[in-house]
Amino acid sequence: MKKCEDVSKQLIAYLDRRANSAERHEVEEHLAACSACHQRAEDFRKLWGVLDEVPLLEPSLSFDARIRARIAEEPRRGWLGWLVPQPRLAFAMALLLALSVWMAKLPREGNVAGTEQQDFEAIKDLGVLENYDVLSKFDALSEVPVEEAAPANQQAQPVAPGTEQQPTTEE
Amino acid sequence: MEHTQTLQLYGTAGVRYNVEAMTRSDVQLMLDVKAGDEASFNLLLQKYRTPLVNFLFRMVRNTGTAEDLAQEVFLRVYRARKQYSPSAKFTTWLFRIATNLALNSLRDNRYRQMDVSIDAPVEEDAAPLQLPSRELRVDEKMIERDRSEFIRRAIAALPEKQRVAVLLHKYEEMDYGEIAKILECSESALKSLLFRAYETLRVQLAPLVSQSVANQAREGRPS
Repeated sequence: MKKCEDVSKQLIAYLDRRANSAERHEVEEHLAACSACHQRAEDFRKLWGVLDEVPLLEPSLSFDARIRARIAEEPRRGWLGWLVPQPRLAFAMALLLALSVWMAKLPREGNVAGTEQQDFEAIKDLGVLENYDVLSKFDALSEVPVEEAAPANQQAQPVAPGTEQQPTTEE
Repeated sequence: MEHTQTLQLYGTAGVRYNVEAMTRSDVQLMLDVKAGDEASFNLLLQKYRTPLVNFLFRMVRNTGTAEDLAQEVFLRVYRARKQYSPSAKFTTWLFRIATNLALNSLRDNRYRQMDVSIDAPVEEDAAPLQLPSRELRVDEKMIERDRSEFIRRAIAALPEKQRVAVLLHKYEEMDYGEIAKILECSESALKSLLFRAYETLRVQLAPLVSQSVANQAREGRPS
């Protein structure tokens, strides 16, 4: 025979006649042998009768009118209305748009080649580079310090051991 | 259709329905609402406004709030009509919306000054439950009102989930599967929940139960 705890789960279904035949048989067998559960089952039946005493509340007379008025206030769909109740579609479209903008801003290989070509064209057209007079009289070249050329000459000469020059700084 | 008969259901509103429409299932009515048939929505409104208002009143124990919440339920159903798909019973959907709204309302503490918790027992802030004494009352209506109030307060004192389970089981007569879906629990858990709820009510309302039995015995009716 089932324990009281096990029967408690089946008791409500037994009382409201929704238990299947096997469950019904188990509960009946237990109730026949257990006076406490038998009393509880009787009390539940009476309790349901008491619960039925609560009268039904009728909605107010204005209930229907109010809901109709509220529905009438609901915005009707315009030509963009198909987007409003479909937030997932709207989100997907916004995401697609953002992705397109982001991808458009990414540098492309073709663009790099194009930039180099443009630079070359700009340099090539600089007539000044082909003008010997301008280059020979280019004052900026005379301002290059002579010392900077020296290390290049020294690199060509072997350096004696123990005579490595420490870098010096001009004050 | 030859046997179609027109009935006037709403005298003031002048909305007419036919018998054929009234025999349609809730799901079919809702599908018709989805297709743009406002009359089908009015049929659903007429059919479920009283059960909904009573369910919500038993949840929040305030008539004004219960009506406001019921209005909100119908409005949400109307707004969601285009997305409606008959994957479950219409009443499961309807009472799930109502349950969520009622629980939110209680939790927000906007309408009731009551400390509620999903599993903890509710602490009533009103006066303690007192059994109306039949001997001390003269007016029978007043006694009945007190008894009803006593029962309502006992139900309202149940933890939220137990309260919803009892209301849907006892007053809406829903099957276990439907209630379990609304409460998002298994049928086995629901049966335990119902047993605990009725056991609490059995203790709380024991004086009424015995009084009811005594009255029936006095009137010569079987208990």
